[in-house]
Amino acid sequence: MQAESIIGTSVPRKEGRDKVTGRARYIDDISLPGMLYGATVRSSVPRGKIKNITFDPGVPWNEFVVVSAKDIPGTNCIALISDDQPCLADGLVNHPEEPILLLAHPNPHILPKAVAAIRIEYDPLPSLFTIEESESQAEVIWGTDNTFKRFLIEKGDVDQVWAAADYIVEGEYTTGAQEQLYIENNGVIASFDRERGVTLWGSLQCPYYVHKALMKLCHLPEDKVRVVQMETGGAFGGKEEYPSMIAGHAALLAMKSGKPVKIVYDRMEDMAATTKRHPSRTRHRTAVSRDGKILGGEVEFVIDGGAYATLSAVVLSRGTIHAAGPYFWPSIRVRARAVATNAPPHGAFRGFGAPQTLFAMERHMDRIAAILGISPVEIRRRNFLKPGQTTATGQTIREPIDMGRLLERALSLANYSEKKDSLRRDHQSATRRQGIGIATFLHGAGFTGSGERYLASVVGIEGCADGRVRVLVSSTEFGQGTKTVLSQIAAETLGLDYSDVEVAQPDTETVPNSGPTVASRTVMVVGKLVHSAASGIRETLIAAGLLSEGYSRDAFLKACAAYVAAHGEFKSWARYEAPPGIFWDDEKYRGEAYAAYAWAVYIAQVTVDLSTYSVSVDDFVALQEVGRVLHPVLARGQIVGGVAQGIGFALYEKVVWQNGRMQNSQMTNYIMPTSADLPVIRVYFEELGNVHGAFGAKGIGELPMDGPAPAVVNAIADALGTGFDSIPLLPEDIFSAVTAGGLDTPPASQGAR
Amino acid sequence: MTADHGRCEVAMTVNGKAAKVCAHPMERLLDVLRRDLGLTGAKEGCGEGECGACAVLIDGELANSCLIPVLQANGASVVTIEGLAREDRLATLQQAFVDCGGAQCGICTPGMIMAATCLLRKHPQPALDAIREGLSGNLCRCTGYAQICEAVAEASAHGEER
Amino acid sequence: MRSDPEDYELVAPATLSAVLPLLAAEPGEWLPIAGGTDVMVQYAAGKLPARKLVSLWNLPELRHIEVSHDAIHIGAACTYTDLREHALIAQEFPLLAKAASWTGGIANQNRGTLGGNIVNASPAADSLPALLVYEAELILVSLRGERRLRYVDFHTGYKQTRLAPDELIRAISLPRQFAGYISYARKVGARNAQAIAKVCVAAAASLQRGLIADVRVAAGSVAPVPLRLRETERLLRGRAVDAVLVEQARRKAGEEVRPIDDIRSTAAYRSAVLGNLVAEFLIQLTAEQIA
Repeated sequence: MQAESIIGTSVPRKEGRDKVTGRARYIDDISLPGMLYGATVRSSVPRGKIKNITFDPGVPWNEFVVVSAKDIPGTNCIALISDDQPCLADGLVNHPEEPILLLAHPNPHILPKAVAAIRIEYDPLPSLFTIEESESQAEVIWGTDNTFKRFLIEKGDVDQVWAAADYIVEGEYTTGAQEQLYIENNGVIASFDRERGVTLWGSLQCPYYVHKALMKLCHLPEDKVRVVQMETGGAFGGKEEYPSMIAGHAALLAMKSGKPVKIVYDRMEDMAATTKRHPSRTRHRTAVSRDGKILGGEVEFVIDGGAYATLSAVVLSRGTIHAAGPYFWPSIRVRARAVATNAPPHGAFRGFGAPQTLFAMERHMDRIAAILGISPVEIRRRNFLKPGQTTATGQTIREPIDMGRLLERALSLANYSEKKDSLRRDHQSATRRQGIGIATFLHGAGFTGSGERYLASVVGIEGCADGRVRVLVSSTEFGQGTKTVLSQIAAETLGLDYSDVEVAQPDTETVPNSGPTVASRTVMVVGKLVHSAASGIRETLIAAGLLSEGYSRDAFLKACAAYVAAHGEFKSWARYEAPPGIFWDDEKYRGEAYAAYAWAVYIAQVTVDLSTYSVSVDDFVALQEVGRVLHPVLARGQIVGGVAQGIGFALYEKVVWQNGRMQNSQMTNYIMPTSADLPVIRVYFEELGNVHGAFGAKGIGELPMDGPAPAVVNAIADALGTGFDSIPLLPEDIFSAVTAGGLDTPPASQGAR
Repeated sequence: MTADHGRCEVAMTVNGKAAKVCAHPMERLLDVLRRDLGLTGAKEGCGEGECGACAVLIDGELANSCLIPVLQANGASVVTIEGLAREDRLATLQQAFVDCGGAQCGICTPGMIMAATCLLRKHPQPALDAIREGLSGNLCRCTGYAQICEAVAEASAHGEER
Repeated sequence: MRSDPEDYELVAPATLSAVLPLLAAEPGEWLPIAGGTDVMVQYAAGKLPARKLVSLWNLPELRHIEVSHDAIHIGAACTYTDLREHALIAQEFPLLAKAASWTGGIANQNRGTLGGNIVNASPAADSLPALLVYEAELILVSLRGERRLRYVDFHTGYKQTRLAPDELIRAISLPRQFAGYISYARKVGARNAQAIAKVCVAAAASLQRGLIADVRVAAGSVAPVPLRLRETERLLRGRAVDAVLVEQARRKAGEEVRPIDDIRSTAAYRSAVLGNLVAEFLIQLTAEQIA
C-alpha cells in the first residue's frame, strides 16, 4: 500500500477540466437527429374544472405532436410516495402551473405561439393559498382535511412541566418559499423505440426515481426504461423529484411521435412551475427555569406542501426531528403537519425541513435569553445535548461531541466578547447599527430512521482490463464533488492513485441503485459502500493468489488486469446493512433518527443601515464538526456555498405570490446574492470522526443551510434591540418595524411571567 | 449580406478562426454559437442578461451573448470559453479554477472565466473588491463566490499565461 | 426564448444617414436597438411589440465623446463603460460616472448605452437623475434636421417621451459648470450589484460662505418619471445646513414624491428612504464643508 494518503487531500475535481474548458456536456448541449422540442400547456387558474379546450385554427396543428392525459399508456401519476400527482391534469386542475397538454415541434421558436393559441376554459373552484387558509378547511382541496401528513414526537410528560416553570416563553416563527435557483434549468431528452423502450437523458439527482416514475407512467417493464444523468448544472434538491415530471412529459411526446424530444425549461417556466422550499410556521412554547435550563416544551410545526403530496411527508419528518435543535429537553412534544394549498407543489431543497425548524429554534433561544436576562451564549451553553443524553426521539448521543467547546472556539474565532462590547460602545450611530448573532445546530446525515434500511443501496466496483477500477453508483455529481470523493475513497481503499479510479456515468442500464443523491448521504453511506465494494475487489485478487498483502500500485494493476483477462467481467458489489443496535419506531417516531449528526456553531456580524434599512453581513464564522474531512477544498466549497444560500434565505430571496402563482419568476426580480453581497465566510472544521462513514466522514451538504438565517437574524435583533421572527427579512420589513415600534424597545416578551 | 428567406450571412472571427453562418438576423448570438458553430460552452441561465452564463468576449469586451442579435456580431471577433485553452494546456485562469475549487456544478464556469479573463486584462492585479465587482454580473449558486475569487487572485499572481 | 426570430426584421445600416430615411419613411415602425440590454430582454420574454428593428450599435456618429470649453457632448450610443472610463466625466460629472458603474454587471455596461437608457424611459433608470442634476440637453436628429430639447422636458409620463417617431437621440450635451459642486449619489437596490433601483438619488450643491448657493436634487423610482425635487431644492437654497434643515429636508423630500407599491418595494419605504438619502446628502455636505 502506498504511504501517502489520498483521503484528506484536495485532489483535482474529476470533471474539473471539462468544466473549465466548456467541454462538459449538459442536457441542452445535446442534440439528437430528428429531435423535436417539447412545450407544456399549463393551467391559468389555481383550481377548477376544465370545461373546454380550443385550438386556434390559425395554427397548423397537423405539424405538432399533441399529448393529453388520454395518451398516457400507464398510470397518470408521478410515482413517488403517494401517487396523487397527475402527470397531466385530466379534468381538474389544482394549482396555477399544472400541466394539461404537451406539444412538440421541430422548430422550438414557434412553440410559445402555439401554447398561446390554445384556449382552456374552466369552472373555477374555491382555492386556498396559505397555511392558515388550509387549516381553516373552508374548502377541502386534498384528502378529507387538507393534511398530507402528521407526525407526533413525545418525550417525557410535558404537561407536567408548566406548573414548575419560572418562565414560559412563547414565540411564532415563519419562513418563506425559496427557489433553488440552480443556474441550469430543468431539462431532459427522451427517445423511444419498441425494442429498447424509453431512454431518458437529463439534468437530475436521482436516476432511479425517474426510472420508477417512467415505468409506471409509460407502462413499461424495468428493462425497457433507461435513465442517464448528464452533467448537471446545480440541483440543491430542485432536481430530486421534479425531473420525474419533465421526464414523463418528454417520454410521452417521444412515445407518441416516435422521435426524440427535448424539453428544457426557460428560467421563467422553471421558477414558476417547479418546486421550492416549503413555507413554514413554527410555534414554540417553552418552560424554562430561572437559571436558564429548558424544562420542557411544545413545538407545533406546519409546512405548506402545495397542491400535491410529493415529498412533503419526508420534508416534514426531517423538520420535525430537527425542531428540538442541539439541546437537551427533559420533555418535549412536537406536533407537525404538512398541509395542502393551491400552489405548485413545494419540494426538496438543501436542508429539507431542518432550516425551517432550526430558524425557529435558534430565534426562540435568543428570545428565551432576552426574557431571562442572560446572554444568547449562556442560554445555549446551559442546554446543549451531551454524550449520554437523549434527543427528542430518545436517541442516546454516543459520539463524544462537546458543543460547549465548539461554541467556545467559535466565539474566540469571531472575537465575540470583544466585539459584543465594542459594538455596543463604539459603533452605533443614528444611521448605522451593528450586531452579532449566534446559531448552534445539528444536522442528521443520511436517510431518517429506517430509511437507509428500506433503500438497501447497492454499489459496485468494476475492475477494468487495464487494471484500473470504475465505481458503479447511481449517486450523481451536480457540483458537490461526488465523483471526486468516491474516487478518493476507492483509491485509498485499494492503494491506487486517484487517477486510477473513474466513476461511471450514472445510467440505470449499467449502474446499480445506490440510492438517491440527497440527504447528505453520499459520502457517509455510499462512500462506506464504495469502501466495502473496493475491499471486495482486493480480497478477490488476494484469494485468487494474484495479489498479496502489502502490495504496490503496480502489483494491483497487474493483478486486476490478469483477473479480467482470465474471467472477463470483474465486479464487486456491496449492499447497505444497518449497523447493529439501531432502533427506530416509524409509528411513535422514537429511536435512532440518524446514524450520525454533524454539529455546528455559526456567528454572523451585521450592519443595519438605518438610511436604507438594509443589512450587510460583515463577518461570518462557520465552525462545524463533520467527521473526517475527506477533501478540504470541496468541503469548504460546500460550506461557503451553503452559507451563501442561507444568507439569501434570510435577507434576499422572497417569492412574491399572487393566487398561488409566483410573480417574480425572473432572475431580475427574485434576488439571490451576487459576489458583491457576501462577506468573507470563514470556515473551520473539527474532526471527531464517525464509525458509520467512509474513513470517518459524516454528511456535510445540507448542514450549512441551517445556521446562517438564524445567526443573521439574531445579529439584526442584537443591532436593533428588536426581534424579527419571519424570513425573508427585507429592508421594507425592517423599515416597517422600525417605523412602527422605534428602536431599542425590549424584545417581545409575550407569555413571559 | 445576402437575403435568403429573411436570413443573412454573418461573418465573424470565432476563437481566432473565420466563421460564416447563415442565420436570421434576430437569432441570438448565443444560439448561433451553440447550434450552428457547436460551441456549447456558453450557457443560457436566464435569457435576460442577468446571470452571465452566456458571457463571451466580443472585440475584447465582455458581453452577454443572449442579448446580442447575431447581425450585431457581423465582422466582430468573438472569443468563447473554447478559445482559451491552447491545445491541451489550460489557460492560467482555467487551471486556477480547477486548483482552487472555483468550479462546482460548472454551469456558470464558462461565463465566469470569461468575465475573469476580461477583468485581468484590464486590471492584472485586482484587489478582492475589484474581483467581486468584476464578477458581479455572473451569478453562481454553488460556491458563494469565495473559491472563484481565490482562483482569480491565484491566476493574477501567476500572470496571464504560464 | 419566447420569440420567433422569423417574426422580426433587423437591419444594420453602416451610417446614421442611412438610418434616418428608414425612420422617416415609416415613422414609428422601426425600433432602434443599440446594445440590446433592454430590447433583447423583452424580445426573449416574448414581449417585444415592435417587429422591425434597426441597429444603432457601433454607429461611429453616435459613439464618441466630444469636449469643448463649455460643454461635453456624449454620443447617444456611448456605453456605460465609455462613460466610466472617460477622465473628464469622472472629474466633472461624477454623478454620471457613478450611475454608469451601478448599471448591471460589466457585460451589460459594455453594451448598455446612455441614449438607450433615456429613450427606454424607465423611472428606475440609474443614469437619469444625474442628467437632471447636470441640466442635460438632448440633441435629437431626424431626416427633418436637428433640434435641441432640455432633458428635463423629455419625459411626459410613464414611459412617454417627446421623441418623435422618426427621431433619434444623437447626443447628450452637459454644460461644464459643475466642477466646484459637491456631489452625492446613492442607489438603493435589492442587492449591491445587478439590481433595479428601489430609490436612487443624484444631488449636487455649491456652497458660499456656509450657505447653499445652488442645489439640485434628482431621484429615480419615486414617480412615473425621473424627477427633480424642486420643493426640496427651494427649501435648501440660501440656507445653512443645520440639524433643523436636515430634518425639514428629509420630510419635504418624502412628501414631494408619490411613489407606488410594486413587486420591488413599497411606496412608504421609497418615500422614507428618499428622505433619508436627502438628509445623508446634507450631512455629507456639512462634513465636506468642514473638511
